[in-house]
This record gives sequence, C-alpha cells and structure tokens, in this order.
Amino acid sequence: MFAYDFMQNAFAAATIVALVSAPVGYFLVLRGQTFAGHALSHVGFTGATGAVLIGVSPIWGLVLLTVICGIGMGMLGERLAHRDVAIGIVLALALGFGLLFLHFYTAFAAQAASLLFGNVLAVDVPTIWILLALGAVSISALAAISRPLLFASIQPELAEARGVNLRLFSILFLAIAALATAECAQIVGVLLVFALMIGPAAAAQRLTIRFGWGVVLSMVLALAQAWIGITLAFYTDWPCSFWITALSALIYLLTFVPTGRAFQPASSVTTLIRKPGQRDVLPREG
Amino acid sequence: MSVIELRDVNLTLAGRTVLSDVSLTIGEREFLGVFGPNGSGKTTLMRAILGLLPPSNGTIQVLGQTASRGNPHIGYLPQVRASIGSMRLSGFDAVASVFDSHRLGVPHLNKAGAREVAWALDMVGAGALVRRSLTEMSGGERQLILLAQALVGHPRLLLLDEPLISLDPHHQRSVVELTRRLQQELKITVLFSAHELNPLLNALDRVLYLGNGHAALGTVDEVITGPVLSRLYGSPIDVVRLKGRIFVMSGEYDVELQEHRHDVRV
Repeated sequence: MFAYDFMQNAFAAATIVALVSAPVGYFLVLRGQTFAGHALSHVGFTGATGAVLIGVSPIWGLVLLTVICGIGMGMLGERLAHRDVAIGIVLALALGFGLLFLHFYTAFAAQAASLLFGNVLAVDVPTIWILLALGAVSISALAAISRPLLFASIQPELAEARGVNLRLFSILFLAIAALATAECAQIVGVLLVFALMIGPAAAAQRLTIRFGWGVVLSMVLALAQAWIGITLAFYTDWPCSFWITALSALIYLLTFVPTGRAFQPASSVTTLIRKPGQRDVLPREG
Repeated sequence: MSVIELRDVNLTLAGRTVLSDVSLTIGEREFLGVFGPNGSGKTTLMRAILGLLPPSNGTIQVLGQTASRGNPHIGYLPQVRASIGSMRLSGFDAVASVFDSHRLGVPHLNKAGAREVAWALDMVGAGALVRRSLTEMSGGERQLILLAQALVGHPRLLLLDEPLISLDPHHQRSVVELTRRLQQELKITVLFSAHELNPLLNALDRVLYLGNGHAALGTVDEVITGPVLSRLYGSPIDVVRLKGRIFVMSGEYDVELQEHRHDVRV
C-alpha cells in the first residue's frame, strides 16, 4: 500500500490534520461551540470557490475566509447561546455564495465534489508542506493559550474576575479553530469536518473526564479514524471520507456501550451514599 | 483596616442607576448577608467590587486599593453558572483550572498548584468529587466545586452570589454552615447574597440590604425594621418576628417568597 506516492502523501496529510484538529475539537466540544466550527467550514467553501474564480489556489481562499469569520464570531462575544439561528443563516449564505461562484466558473464544477467531501488521495507534496506549516501555527498557538482558555471555558465569570480577557481568548481560539477547520477540509471536505474534528473529541470526552487524557485520547482516536479510513478506502475503493465518517460515528456510538468501571466514572448513586461519620457537606439539589 | 470601602458610589447598568450615592465600610472577618429585591444591585455591587464595572461616580477601595480586575485576594462564586453542568470534566480539573490561570501555556499543575487545589477541595469537603464528572453532580455538589474554585489562591475576601438558589432547605443550611466555618477558620470577610434572610440568620454578623438605589448596612436589628425596609422597597413594609424567624411583609404578601417565586419562573 505504501509503495504508492499518493498513499504516502495521504497518510502524511491525514496525520498532520488529525493531530491538529483533535485538540481544537476538544475545546469546541467543551465550550459548546461545535456548531460554530461546523459553520466555519461551510464558509470555507465560499472562500475556496471564490479563490478559484479569481485564479488563486483554493486552499488560500479557504484559510483566509474561515479565519476572518472565526475572528468575527469571536468578536460577537463569549456567549454563543441563542446564536444558532444567526450562525445557521450565515452558514447557508456561505454555501449559497459558493454555489454562485461555481456557477460563474463552470469548469471548476468537477472539483466541487472534492471540496465538499474531500479527496485525501489527491493531496500533493506542496500541499503537505502547507498543511504542516499551518498545523504548526495553530497547534502552537492553541498550546500557548490553552491554560487561560480552559479556565475561561469552564468558568467565564470567575475567569473574567481573575483578569482573563474573555473576548481576546474567544477571538484567538476561534481564529485557531478556523485554521484547523481549513486544514481538516483538505482531508474530509468542508461538509464533513465534523467527523474528523468533533467526533473524536466528543468520544474522548465520553471516555475520560480528565483534561489531559481527553486531549491525548481525542488525538489517538482522530489518528485511528484517519489511518484506518484511508486503508479501508485503499482496499475497498470506496471514498475515504465515507470511511472516516463511518468510523467517527461508530466510535462515538461505541462510547455509549456500558463498560466496567475502567472508563466510566462512578455513578452518582453509589458515591452519594454517605459513610458514617462523614461530614455532611454534599448537598443535593432539592 | 477596612476590606471594602465605598464612598459616594453611583453604579449604572445600561443607563439605569442601580446604586446612587452609597457610602459604606465593611471590615475584616465579617460575614455579611446581602439582600434586596431582584434588580436591586446585589450582583452589580459584587461586579463593581471585582473591578468589572467601574463606578460612574465615587470610589471603591478593596483591601486598601482601588477596585480593579484580577485582584488575586478576591474569591468569587458567580450566579450565572449554567454551562458548567454540561461539561464532561472531572471536579479536580474544574478546580485545578483556576490555579495560575492567567498565565499563558499548557494547563499544568506544579507542586504548589497541586497543594493549593488539594487545600481548596479539602476546605469545602469535596474530596469525594474529584474523580466525578461535572455532568453527574447534583446542583449542590457542583456548588462545592464552585466554592473550591473561589478559594483557590487563598482569598481574603469571598463574594458568593446567590449560592443557595435551587437548593432544598436542608442543603441550604449545610452551605451556610460550611461558609460560616470557612469564614471563621480562614479569618476572611464574606459577602453572601441571598433571597431569604432566615437561612442565614444564625451565621450573619451584619446585613447589607439594597433597594431603590439605596443601601442599608448594620446588624439585623438595625436594618430589618419596618421604616428602613419601607424606604428600600419604596412601599410600606412590615417586619414580623415569629419563633426566632423574621418575615418581611408587604401588605399580606411575604416579600421574600414573592421574589423567590419570581426567580423560579424566570
């Protein structure tokens, strides 16, 4: 399988993207911003088709527009609650514009499918270098802000009181998320970013409640999805993105299968039984 | 030394004057109950003390310095905390995330941090919650995690915004007792806002009652009186004492009960 250059390229690109998008996805899930991440990728479609229309490589249009939109979303404020409708409308508008650009540039229509659904087997070496550079930028930026970002995600009001600039970190994080989304779209396409970015992170959070392990596990799961997906695509000749989405859904579903105590935290019922003499400081909701 | 000193303070929120010309001094080692109708400025006052809302007039001094954001000596338990219940994260990580959190870098606890987090968890008796997910805790258990978060950094002033909301009377009492014990063991000042006076009666040193843009600070006997509360509510108020409990009545209605009901509906 690795005798082919395109398979080596596919594995290299998928590895980079999986390692970058999983930690970003972890924070998106934790902050309840997965829908925002989904919308960012759709905006990327407009960017990519628009770039082709003016004769630029689609990846740069994708990166530029997602990052601009990420910053814009971040500036709207920390609380994204009740903003589903606004995000949804922007998302639809973005796809609409993407369609319009395709309409003006009909020769590009054949590539539209690979933009929408990804085509990792067509990744060339220059693209891998671009992915590596963008990935290095976003992963190091995320590492740099992850400490205050985690605090701001868990307890925004307390974080604000302790001097954390909520808005700044919200903007920075969504800009990083936008970069990761643009990367991810190279592998699974703009429509299926959820499968590689959110799926592993959501599954990881169901399997462990420790932050560090959660991030590591989401990276492992994303890598597994990407590698196994490409391998299956090679042997079945079915689309790679199909396998990645199927694995993503499968892994997420598997986390709902009851296991022993190794993975799941103790149920609240068992730990609530008070031992004799234990201080009565575990109030329970009325 | 005074812990909080307000001089001629005006607080405005979205064009509305919440407090006008309020001057008061809160000392060391005080357990202060903060009361008042909805919208009377309990949360706004706490945010102003934290430096998140600069006064439109007057000065606010906290521990000898002008109130400013990021004061490490203040612990805070905010009233808005809906999102924390939906996070699949351990109680330990939730508390650990507070330590040194303004610094850039990857979340990592050094020895001092681990000690501080263990101390905060121990102070509130939340040791059993460290391996549990926030999603699987009851409201009261989450409250302990929030309280432990507020304690990280050994604050000298603790601001607790409505910590009794949605707890049943039994657990209300244990939160009040826990807070009183913390306040006395750590020798700190606590501002504890609540809708009802009675659960706090035995723990309080003094009360701060807000209403109508005004504030009244003093002992229960000084503040919880018909004339003082009538001025704060802007309508005639009777104070009824019954078997060691105090009821604040407007006509035939219990004002605090009304407030509570209102809150539940919202």
